[in-house]
Amino acid sequence: MTQPLLYSLCGLALVALALHAFLTRRHLVRRIIALNVMGGGVFLVFGGMASRGGAVDPVPQALVITGIVVAVATTALALALALRLFRETGRIDLDEPNDSGAPDEPNPGAEAR
Amino acid sequence: MTLPFSGSEAVLPPALLLPLLIVLPALLAALLLLPGRWSLRLVPAAAVLLVGLVLAALFAAVAESGRVTAALGGWEAPLGITLRADGPALAFLLLTALVMAAILLYAAGEGRERREARILGTLLLFLWAGLNAVFLSHDLFNLYVALEIAGLSGVALVALAGGATALRAQMRYLLFATLGSLLYLLGVALLYAELGVLDLGLVAERVERSPPALVALALMTLGLLLKAAIWPLHFWLPPAHASAPPPVSAALSALVVKAALYLLVRLWFDVLPGLPTEAAWQLLGVLGAVAVIWGSLLALRQERLKLMIAYSTVAQLGYMLFLFPLARPGSPVAAEAWQGGLLQMLSHGLAKASMFLAAGAIVAALGSDRRAALAGGSRRVPLPLFALALVGLSILGLPPSGGFLAKWLLLRAALEVGQWWLALVMLLGGLLAAAYLLRFLLPAFRPVPVGEAAARIPSGAAGAAALGLALLSVALGLGAAPILALLAEAAP
Repeated sequence: MTQPLLYSLCGLALVALALHAFLTRRHLVRRIIALNVMGGGVFLVFGGMASRGGAVDPVPQALVITGIVVAVATTALALALALRLFRETGRIDLDEPNDSGAPDEPNPGAEAR
Repeated sequence: MTLPFSGSEAVLPPALLLPLLIVLPALLAALLLLPGRWSLRLVPAAAVLLVGLVLAALFAAVAESGRVTAALGGWEAPLGITLRADGPALAFLLLTALVMAAILLYAAGEGRERREARILGTLLLFLWAGLNAVFLSHDLFNLYVALEIAGLSGVALVALAGGATALRAQMRYLLFATLGSLLYLLGVALLYAELGVLDLGLVAERVERSPPALVALALMTLGLLLKAAIWPLHFWLPPAHASAPPPVSAALSALVVKAALYLLVRLWFDVLPGLPTEAAWQLLGVLGAVAVIWGSLLALRQERLKLMIAYSTVAQLGYMLFLFPLARPGSPVAAEAWQGGLLQMLSHGLAKASMFLAAGAIVAALGSDRRAALAGGSRRVPLPLFALALVGLSILGLPPSGGFLAKWLLLRAALEVGQWWLALVMLLGGLLAAAYLLRFLLPAFRPVPVGEAAARIPSGAAGAAALGLALLSVALGLGAAPILALLAEAAP
């Protein structure tokens, strides 16, 4: 097995693991980390391909740097939102509390199921 | 081709106009963050004016030479990034400018606290820059960045609303929007591994049917369907769109979901039309059909105006997917269905922005968007209700409106190729839309409840913004010829 292929397959495995965690975990920080791991997997796929065909291709590396910038911005926003949700509700997941909550609070999520 | 702006003198070289459309809103967004009272009114007005001027010049340039291409920094593809404006891109840039102008007008009349108004305006302008970048980028990776600029501004905008339910909706929106982006990006990575290029034109030239290319297309499609909230991946949209402040709901429903869908259309028709099998084209049509029925039925069950409008978006997005089975390469009605599908995206953008702004004006006046609270609305908030009824025509697909023309084109195309089941879904969707709209409009004509003031509550800039977009959605049906000509330019 060639080295680039090995990196790319590792990247795909990371994406699969992260997708599993993202869909099964409820704790928001875990889900945000899962998205980061998934991003890391995608970057590894990009990086693995950079040495495809002998000479090193600089383009994927430039893409990964841009991708990391986007991932940092997304993570910062997600963590800020999670923190606000925790301060407001005392919970760090997306489950709706069954009994509490103001009576006239809009509940747009209820119909979505 | 005759266009409204043809004949004017080109002041700037056409290739400079494209980056300006992205840089101007972003620059003005940064300017809006500077302290001082002066910027709050001046900067949004300047943005509308300047982007409008650049857009007019671009219309003239495209009318002269067909399409305008710009190689950023003078670097040609495959090394550099190309921006390109053709007919459909222009139509969507124009839609974005019109909706943004109305939204900024609405926001100016809202009387928000100054710090919040500043954040709202800044994020709206960043969103505008991101959307323009989506419509102009001709490079797979640059499109990812553009989608993220639009998407992150969108999430930050939704976060202006507080409250536990809204926060949960925003969080879910951010998580799934990011998941969609990563799926798209993984597809880009696989395609780059296969072809070694990112420029859409070069990808289209070099791509061949191979397992990696097919997996890449599947991943990109899945990610974009998630971002465009197509059934069954629509679950995050209604709570997020309904819980946002009115100008934000309007921008998200009218523009942000369209950006993902626009990219999907470009990928399938312009870049990789040889890859999907016949069954895959048909499958997207089936998803659209289920979305129309499912979204309409859920819209029919809502007791809150904004949630009804949000579920109606889920349904109306379904019609746009009929584009795929009807206009696929080799279809005898491709040109007609192509125009119909894209026109549906444009007219829904105008109509849905108007509906959310009207709903915002109604909530501001009556204090609630529950169906029961609308009683007597025809006397107290006549202007927003009139706008709501007017765009109802477009959502229903009744003449004279852009929605009618779009659905008529799609319907005729469906019948001509014998896809009668799509026609049936369209008719059923129209009937259901009539039901869910009238369920909210009829109570407004009941007498004002005893003990409440019956006086008319002026809706000011909000009413004007909603009505302006409503009139445009009707005008799109009456004067569609130039827009249809624009869309036909890139027909498959």
